[in-house]
Amino acid sequence: MSQTRETFNANLAWRHRTGWLFAAVCRMATWASVVFLAVILGVIVMRAWPRLSPDFLTRFDSYKPESAGMLAGILGSFWLLSFTAAICVPIGIGAAIYLEEYARPNWFTRFIQLNISNLAGVPSIVFGILGFTAFVRMFGIPRQTIVLGLGFADVRIPLPFGRSVIAGALTLALLCLPVVIIASQEALRSVPASLRHAALALGATKWQTISRQVLPAAMPGILTGVILALSRALGETAPIAVLGAAFFITFAPGRLNSFSDLGQHPDRLVNVPFDQFTAMPLQIYNWVNEQSRDFQQHVSAAGIVVLLVVLVLMNGSAILIRQHFQRKIRW
Amino acid sequence: MNAAAAETSTPLPAETPRGSSLKRQFSWNGTYEKIIRVLLFGCALVSVITTASIVFVLLYESVLWFPGHTPFFGKVSVVEFFTATQWTPQFEGNKHFGIMPLICGTLLTTMTAGAIGLPMGLASAVYLSEYASPQARSILKPTLELLAGIPTVVYGYFGLFFLTPVLIKPLFVNVLGFSVDGFNALSGGIVVGLMIMPMVASLSEDVLRAVPSSLREAGYALGATKYDVSAKIIVPSALSGIIAAFLLALSRAIGETMAVAIACGNRPQLTLNPLRQIQTMTSFIVNMMKGDTPVGTIEYQSLYAVALMLFLMTLTMNYVSQWILRRYREAYQ
Amino acid sequence: MTTMRRISAFKCVLAALVVLPSVISIGCVKGTTAPVQAITVDGSSTVYPISQAVAEAYKVTNPGIEISVGLAGTGGGFKKFALGDLDICDASRPIRDSEIEACAKGGVEYLELIVAIDALTVVVNPANDWSPCMSVSQLKKLWEPDSKITKWNEIDPSWPDHKIELFGADTDSGTFDYFTEVIVGKAKSSRADYTNNSNDNVLVQGVTDEKFALGYFGYGYYAENQDRLKPVAIKATDDAECVLPSAETVDNSTYIPLSRPLYIYVNKKSLQRKDVAEYLQFYLSEAGQKLVTERKFLLMKADVLKDMQARLAEALK
Repeated sequence: MSQTRETFNANLAWRHRTGWLFAAVCRMATWASVVFLAVILGVIVMRAWPRLSPDFLTRFDSYKPESAGMLAGILGSFWLLSFTAAICVPIGIGAAIYLEEYARPNWFTRFIQLNISNLAGVPSIVFGILGFTAFVRMFGIPRQTIVLGLGFADVRIPLPFGRSVIAGALTLALLCLPVVIIASQEALRSVPASLRHAALALGATKWQTISRQVLPAAMPGILTGVILALSRALGETAPIAVLGAAFFITFAPGRLNSFSDLGQHPDRLVNVPFDQFTAMPLQIYNWVNEQSRDFQQHVSAAGIVVLLVVLVLMNGSAILIRQHFQRKIRW
Repeated sequence: MNAAAAETSTPLPAETPRGSSLKRQFSWNGTYEKIIRVLLFGCALVSVITTASIVFVLLYESVLWFPGHTPFFGKVSVVEFFTATQWTPQFEGNKHFGIMPLICGTLLTTMTAGAIGLPMGLASAVYLSEYASPQARSILKPTLELLAGIPTVVYGYFGLFFLTPVLIKPLFVNVLGFSVDGFNALSGGIVVGLMIMPMVASLSEDVLRAVPSSLREAGYALGATKYDVSAKIIVPSALSGIIAAFLLALSRAIGETMAVAIACGNRPQLTLNPLRQIQTMTSFIVNMMKGDTPVGTIEYQSLYAVALMLFLMTLTMNYVSQWILRRYREAYQ
Repeated sequence: MTTMRRISAFKCVLAALVVLPSVISIGCVKGTTAPVQAITVDGSSTVYPISQAVAEAYKVTNPGIEISVGLAGTGGGFKKFALGDLDICDASRPIRDSEIEACAKGGVEYLELIVAIDALTVVVNPANDWSPCMSVSQLKKLWEPDSKITKWNEIDPSWPDHKIELFGADTDSGTFDYFTEVIVGKAKSSRADYTNNSNDNVLVQGVTDEKFALGYFGYGYYAENQDRLKPVAIKATDDAECVLPSAETVDNSTYIPLSRPLYIYVNKKSLQRKDVAEYLQFYLSEAGQKLVTERKFLLMKADVLKDMQARLAEALK
């Protein structure tokens, strides 16, 4: 009885007042997030205003704030993400298919599953240290360059990878992997079993069922997860900073600085993964650490605006994909 | 929906029926299927290999002893590591390896972040699951998703160039009369708090929504107000899930790097004053790695020792959180 | 039928996966040259801002040329330089005997050029009227690793009984190495309980805000904030004259030990390349030297510059 008295007040008016207050507090806390978002975006756009211009997108970095640009970061991030996606998407989807469709519910499967969810919680900087040791230094193996003659161009693979695009992409791929696996698993799980049973009943093999029926049906969900994972990778600074990507760089990976470069030297494409690079968030971090106020406050804010625009575009496309397919597929 | 999910998770028959007239073709299919299966298993194994290599890399430089290779803890005693009060690996002739200042800095920012992010996140979760109209949800959910998606460098920028000069300094220096460093733990903690808040909100909202509505209805039937139902029935019955969400968010705050590296500075000191410049474990790693630290030196190895600490702390918190979640789920099925 | 066709397609892919790498690996040879020729510069983080600015200005007139400038530190730069990985190594001190040996072992011949002068300034708050001049030994007592000095009057009894707030360079910077080397006597050997930052503006602000502060950083930052800071004159030995930092005292070598020349070392093999030669000529030209002032370093004396230009011309012949 005494306990009830402590938690329960019989005065209805008092209870309504407390209830009103409680609701008000919760409402305020939630709407505060909208205010934060507005303030953060407002402050950044305001500070970025003097430095935002189309030139900012097409110039390389400079020691002068008025001529600094983000091209090296934009192209660097582009290549970095392309290779990250190329490495992590097939492995991630493959792992999800194995876990959802093939694995028997034994201790090893549970171990893999537990391992994936733990990996998702490992701080990104620890992945950076892994990448530095395993890909940049390769545990200190002696330096050498392997040249692969492809006929039209030579691929020069430095070993260890050093501070190259491929080292960064491998690191980010490992970082994204748990997110992609978990999202793909959820997407596969939401495909109704009747679809699988129908395909198997018609004589399809297991892999035919999965590759032609289950996977296409799960694709929108998987794609959404992949895009979200990649947009997280795009904003990741810590692992790339730890890898020691170059901070002042006035060329793009593979020295493909423009479309005309690509037209003139398409052979350079093969060396893109093994070239030095910088990435958008890293450039922002370096500008924040610059000496001059103009760099710290305005150039870095302009960089942030560019980065946020790219992120919004990526997230927007994820939402579009989700909506488009949700309308089309009805079970 | 649940039934369908349960059905699909049972493995499909591995063997396909073999007809005698199609023998050749099916044996081809069999090898093909086997290769696929092995490839997919390999993909699943990548995550295990990743974890194993993280553990190996961290242990190799910090504890594993080989002939010709002395690890970090072979050069610095474990007792010194945990009790010394100075962290100065870069000062020749004055090297001290006491991780306390770094842990203290990490806890200071994490506590501040928790004090802001956890209650706000929980309040948002309650509002979203119990009070909010569909229209309000349609604005709030994307906003929270956007907040969660903003890269952490941006939060660092916001803390260093907006919170500290525009809010913290005027308030604490001019109104309250404290002295405030240009880099301080408070600004970093606040932005990390804002960063983990969407995460707390969405994870807690999921557990609040998972509370069976029979509990709500029973509450209303007994004459409880909406406040009584949400604060005294729903939240307590989802408590373990909420605690799990809190732990996950705090572990994220501990591992957060860029926001604190930018906003909190890089002076490791043993202080509980959030207005001072501090260094967290993560910002030590990123600051040290930026410079070319010669491989094999004790400063280089100290990176791995700190990373190992960080890894163990976040791993423990994640593991406990998952354990709580599993127990909680069982309770409601 | 579909199954049949799919299987053969799969076999083709499988075959390609096996055959292609082996075909490619036939063409495997070891090589070292970079894919696209670029001028590679690495080394001292102190010289970095100058090299970076010169590289950028040079690229404006020579758009086809790529220059990568790194800041591995003087020691790290020489390591790579001796292996023949660099065209140019930036250095904030002359090359050491061990590094000369390493270069000889790696078959690297080099050309040494002075490009600018670096000076450090010890500064205090303008309201500080007690310590217009400090000796190196006083500074050493203050900054050495186990220094117990926390108050001004522990350096000199006539100075105020008040806590000193110390500001200094980030441990990664060349300024930190240099200051500790000439003041404490050993590079990177310093007390640790001071505010260090890689951003000199933070240090300038710190000393400006705090009456009992003392800090050190590059002369360029002091020169830019002369109205907010007060320089401390330096006595090289206890019975020497107090010398204030200025362009003249650096020029006539009386402001010691806190001023030093900055060097670049060029691999003589790279000198044969037209882009490297032109880059160096630009470095020592009037336009190049203007950037030295712009990046807040001091110019070397006119006759030293002439010497350097002659040395370069000689090597290019």
